[in-house]
Amino acid sequence: MRRLTRDRLFAIVLLAPAIVAVTIFVYGMIAWTGWVSLSKANDLSFDMSWNGLANYESIFASIRFQIDLRNLVVFTVFFVGISLVIGIVLANMLDRKIRAEGFFRSVILFPMAISFIVTGVVWKWLLTPTAGVNVLLGLDPASNRWFTDPTVIHLGTDSPAGKILSDLGLGALASTEFGIPVALFSLVIAAVWQMSGFVMALYLAGLRGIPDELREAARVDGASEWQVFRRVILPLLTPVTVTSVIILGHISLKIYDLQQAMTKAGPGFATDFPSAFMWQTAFTDNAFAKGAAVGIVMLVLVATLIVPYLAWSRGQETE
Amino acid sequence: MRTKQLRVAGVLVATFAIVLSACSSSATTAPSAPSASGSAAAATCPSGSTQIEVQSWWTTGGESTGLQKLFDAFNAANPGLCAYNAAIAGGAGTAAQAVIKSRTLAGNPPDTFQVHMGHELLDTYVNLSGGSVLAPLDSSVIDPSKFPAGVVSIISGKDGKIYTVPMNIHRANVLWYNKKVFSDNNLTPPTTWDEFNTTAATLKAKGITPLAVGDNGIWAYGMVFETILISELGADGFNGLWTGATKWDDPKVTAALNELKTVTGFINADHNSLSWDQANQLVIDGKAAMTIMGDWANGDYVAKNFTGYGWAAAPGNDKIYQALADSFPLPAKAPHPDAVKKLLAFMASQQGQDIFNPYKGSIPARIDAGNPPAGQQQYNDYQKSAMAEWKTDTVVPSMEHGAAAAPAWKSAIEAALTTFETGLDVAATQTALAAAAKDAGF
Repeated sequence: MRRLTRDRLFAIVLLAPAIVAVTIFVYGMIAWTGWVSLSKANDLSFDMSWNGLANYESIFASIRFQIDLRNLVVFTVFFVGISLVIGIVLANMLDRKIRAEGFFRSVILFPMAISFIVTGVVWKWLLTPTAGVNVLLGLDPASNRWFTDPTVIHLGTDSPAGKILSDLGLGALASTEFGIPVALFSLVIAAVWQMSGFVMALYLAGLRGIPDELREAARVDGASEWQVFRRVILPLLTPVTVTSVIILGHISLKIYDLQQAMTKAGPGFATDFPSAFMWQTAFTDNAFAKGAAVGIVMLVLVATLIVPYLAWSRGQETE
Repeated sequence: MRTKQLRVAGVLVATFAIVLSACSSSATTAPSAPSASGSAAAATCPSGSTQIEVQSWWTTGGESTGLQKLFDAFNAANPGLCAYNAAIAGGAGTAAQAVIKSRTLAGNPPDTFQVHMGHELLDTYVNLSGGSVLAPLDSSVIDPSKFPAGVVSIISGKDGKIYTVPMNIHRANVLWYNKKVFSDNNLTPPTTWDEFNTTAATLKAKGITPLAVGDNGIWAYGMVFETILISELGADGFNGLWTGATKWDDPKVTAALNELKTVTGFINADHNSLSWDQANQLVIDGKAAMTIMGDWANGDYVAKNFTGYGWAAAPGNDKIYQALADSFPLPAKAPHPDAVKKLLAFMASQQGQDIFNPYKGSIPARIDAGNPPAGQQQYNDYQKSAMAEWKTDTVVPSMEHGAAAAPAWKSAIEAALTTFETGLDVAATQTALAAAAKDAGF
């Protein structure tokens, strides 16, 4: 009993600095930001009197912020989706007990050792219309504009599908507000290039954890290779998929460096994200309370992703 | 099997470590920069001296050299005082501005700092609901009669007191062109926007980009818009945009937007992936004929050893000098106010301005400066011509460089222009510009 208390005391002493630091610098700062976002601190006088939800109303009314939210959804869906598909395909290829597996694994993983800034600069060079990819592949720079393309793909309210949506009172879904900016794909390519190797490593670890007996049993039962993958392997990889979505998702929701290095939000606001909007609002426009409001919205977005995951992984542990 | 799993696990742990280190390093670079550079610069000060911390974003080239020469002269004349440049690089000053604002908010400002003269200064630091966070400057520091009225009006707060010392003047509304391209095609620099349209059409037909723009930061495009506004509205009308006297829904603003739409058809296709100096390179290479840029472009030509360039006022901008300036104020909570006042007085003096500006490539803000002592860096031909015009031209402020409008208003205008550039919707943009002015209180 005495030993246990001493142990516990020791543990508390060791943990205390971390607990204090996290309380102040993570949760304290979040609470402070939340408070600032409800205040009138929109200049250097830093007037902390109550402003209600006025700052939130102001940012949600801003067309730029609406565009940012659309971009964030489009970018996240494509970045996470494509990374998962490429990651799982690469992992399955490497799992075939090929020669020089270690070499290929390293080559595929290496991009993620680079920071997004470097990735952004390199892909900016590669995708500049008058250089790089267009020259290599002999593409016409005028029609292959990559990250300088201002086009926003959308159904159009005149299209057949758009008309049906309009009749349902959902005409906005067919307009550019819910469109897909072409320039975003250049960022998606760069981000996928950097992160799909990481997804591959996660899946490879998952695949190595699945006993061969399971696959053999399925084959004995007459399952085709595709059925083995679809009905046996993939369900067993669910924890890996969830983990990948969480890790990629929170990177995607907070993306800033890649966009700053590559496009600086342009053309138009086709590649703008809430993070860049937050920076400009707080530190260029001096609207600290509005910037804090953007920060809180981003926190809520990440939390909607992370909190269910934490609950789910706790459930897994107790099982 | 087991060892393989361990190896994979090892790879995973390593990758996580990389992810974590990547995250933490990106988060720590910004705050650590000022202390690192600050202590490095302070190390050059003799021990026991009063160190005056001057926070700027001048880290390289003529601007940091000029500032150092200014400090050398000041420190030599004032034993016991030591001014040093605590510079923060990055983002054309945005990184430094963020640090300065944070420090001011925390009640721990530098002794003085670099800030654009005009509304960026006034609306960020002076005209605040809770009162100014800067101290006013009396006549022992700066003598307003030595500066043009257009400058004095935008360095004074609502109380009529002066709050900053303008160090230099840059001109924003200059047309730069490649002389060879113009002579090869028998062209002369356009003096009106109608002439510009004709000249540009001729050039475009010959496969030469008429106007090079590098607007990966939208401000370069905004500068083109400002020169068109000046041309359409004249100096008084343009000034009125920023005081409420000229309405943003004025038909002349419509005309300016229509001209901007035409001009947008004459610029290089890759404009939004280039920076201003990369666009300048197109002019140097003869791929483009003209560019509209501030007179720091002159320094770019000099640095690149290119002599075949000419300059003129932007079309319709003759006799109007669109100015921007870097200035240095006195924070109310500056640690060494008396020492800073001495430094600011030196910066406002004829001698201080003539030491700094030849290196910076700008001209002195003082109208009686312009003659550096023999043995010092002298002004070049462009600077001499600009100084002559500075004394006679009407001065108007630059919106894009912080002189004309509050930062939030500027952001709103830039947002409208960013959308305009891709959609070219004149009516919607004018509505957005009018709404921006209304939000700004006009």
